[in-house]
Amino acid sequence: MAKDAGTNGPTGLGPMGSGLTRRDFGKATLAVGAAAAVFGNAPAFAQDKVLKVGVLLPRSGFLAQPGQACQRGADIAQTLLPQLGFPIEILGADTESNPDVARSRTEKLIQDGAQVIVGAFDSGQTTAAAQVCEQRGVPLVVNIASAPQLTEQGYRTIFRNFPTSSALVGNGLALMKDLFAATGKTPKSAVFLHANDTFGQANKAALDKLFPTLSMPFAAPEAISYDPKAQDLAVEVAKARATGAELVIVTTRANDAIMIVREMVKQRFEPMAVVSPGSPGMYDEQFYKVLGKYSDYCITNLPWYDPKSALAQQVGKTFKEKFPSDRYEGYAFNIGFTFEAILVAADAFKRAGTGDPAVLLDALRQTNLSEKIMFGGPIQFDEKGQNNAIASACVQNFKLRPTVVLPKASAEADPVFPMPGWQKRA
Amino acid sequence: MPLDFYLNVAAGGLLTGLVYGLAALGLSVIFGVVRIVNFAHGELMVIGMYAAVLAAGSLGIDPLLAAPVVAALLFAVGYGLQRGLINRFIDRPDHMQFILLVGVAMVIVNGLLIAFGPDSQSAQVPYAFDAIEIGPLLLDTTKVYAGVGALAVAALLFLFFRLSLTGKAIRACSDNQLGARVVGLNVERLYALTFGLGAATAGIAGCLMTLLVDVRPQLAPEYTLLSFIIVIVGGLGSMGGALLGGVLIGISEAMAGFLILPSMKSMFSYGLLILVLLLRPQGLLGKRP
Repeated sequence: MAKDAGTNGPTGLGPMGSGLTRRDFGKATLAVGAAAAVFGNAPAFAQDKVLKVGVLLPRSGFLAQPGQACQRGADIAQTLLPQLGFPIEILGADTESNPDVARSRTEKLIQDGAQVIVGAFDSGQTTAAAQVCEQRGVPLVVNIASAPQLTEQGYRTIFRNFPTSSALVGNGLALMKDLFAATGKTPKSAVFLHANDTFGQANKAALDKLFPTLSMPFAAPEAISYDPKAQDLAVEVAKARATGAELVIVTTRANDAIMIVREMVKQRFEPMAVVSPGSPGMYDEQFYKVLGKYSDYCITNLPWYDPKSALAQQVGKTFKEKFPSDRYEGYAFNIGFTFEAILVAADAFKRAGTGDPAVLLDALRQTNLSEKIMFGGPIQFDEKGQNNAIASACVQNFKLRPTVVLPKASAEADPVFPMPGWQKRA
Repeated sequence: MPLDFYLNVAAGGLLTGLVYGLAALGLSVIFGVVRIVNFAHGELMVIGMYAAVLAAGSLGIDPLLAAPVVAALLFAVGYGLQRGLINRFIDRPDHMQFILLVGVAMVIVNGLLIAFGPDSQSAQVPYAFDAIEIGPLLLDTTKVYAGVGALAVAALLFLFFRLSLTGKAIRACSDNQLGARVVGLNVERLYALTFGLGAATAGIAGCLMTLLVDVRPQLAPEYTLLSFIIVIVGGLGSMGGALLGGVLIGISEAMAGFLILPSMKSMFSYGLLILVLLLRPQGLLGKRP
């Protein structure tokens, strides 16, 4: 059959034979290829109206509880930020609490069009995501992860709006001294229980480094590490009890914090207080639900939300609308930092006017956000991508609610130290 | 350090070890009679754990009270599995049996993941924070209940095999399968009963374990491996050996965690396993082949 030069080509848009030879087509293809090689993807990004944010969180696995709490921050951001003039589209991914999965999910988010990654709650998983983001040149805004090496290894694409372990532990220890001064009671010895993972080890390293410089009223605490996936911490608590320590310092997450306190009650281990210098767990909703009255008086010295901030109030209102049966306080820490991380990315996008990673990275470096949720100065990043202006508060549980007790200026109640014994609680 | 610290840690390890031992007992019974290595044993135990969590969460039934019902359920599962599937593989090469049961294990774990998700779930009991004081000992109430429960179930199982006609018939099958057929025993049915009993034991161990730990599907392979370690240490096919192995593993893990480093405690079970394999390959109470 003779070829019909006048018929439409495969696209149906016009005749292939009218004036366009195979040689012309080849030249055009080469020209388009060369243009793409020179200009990269910039033309496509220049037309972005909405920032695609890949939110990477441990929504299942042993970190599911805080991961799900962080996810609520992302859900609120998806609702609230467009109303505030920050158009975003969130692409979610679950790390399954596993760094290897975090790595592959980051790749997938980028392949699916994410222009910035936010995550990933845990230092190990964030490290895995950071390697991928650095290779692909895509910005990573860390919501929660404190391992110092994240911002110490020269990555160009990482921005962390969360304290390093050193800052977290340093602020936490300083607030402990403030607590002793405010109550006039000082423990003579301490023991340090921590998970044997990236986060726990980073906290231990920070404590070892900072302790000699802070003139604490007790000797360096004996450290007891445990498997972060442990199902039973009876031996660990027995070992802590055997040290005779008057103060128990912990670096936990919700599950292990619950197991530690439960074992302390069973073993009738009565220290003056259980204090965390900045780790999650003891202010999580799950902690209150499982332990009830035994969750009271536990203390966490950590960055906290400013209830007087207009943005914090808006986020709290949206939380109530979305999750009417839950209490904001039990989720506020994870929601606050996750929301702020997405806000940081959305603000950079608004100023850059494009999702082009190179332009977005420049805009992120120029961040100066004073309308925020958490205590501390405006969000700004140093040359390593670290925000150093995040302040900590001493938060003690009263009547199943995290309550600011220090610094005095922001306190909602007076601190209780030593805490009442487990068996003396009504 | 005062002696009571050591005694309390050892007692906690002993009580947990009894539950480990009961779980391994089910594996040992199945191997001792049917000569099948049940690679889905931890999975059956985790089914028991989920059943106990459901009973506690939905109906408010204590895992201890739910144990007989869960045992009956798991017995039916084990009986059906042996009768419908495994009996067809009895005369096939070992590797085919292994792969078959690994397949069963994979199906169960993934089924549990689909049904319950990957997150931990627990059974809340009113005595979760209680402790029992006996002289210098301060014993966790949940561990006492779980350990005593494990001991009672193990004793019942011993009595069943020693005193009941069915138990004696199962032992006859175990000693000489051909002889059992010659005297008219239905060997396939007895195999199915044995597998059912092993599965029921795993189910009860799961209920008891629910008092001590939170359950998630990923625990299943860990418990299969732990049961293997225990029966190899105690002696494959020996009921007393399984209990002894469980207690040894429980106490050695607890004491190693207390005296050395808690995060290293699980390596001591493997150390014990290697030691037994080197010095007494048939296990502590196993018979030399």
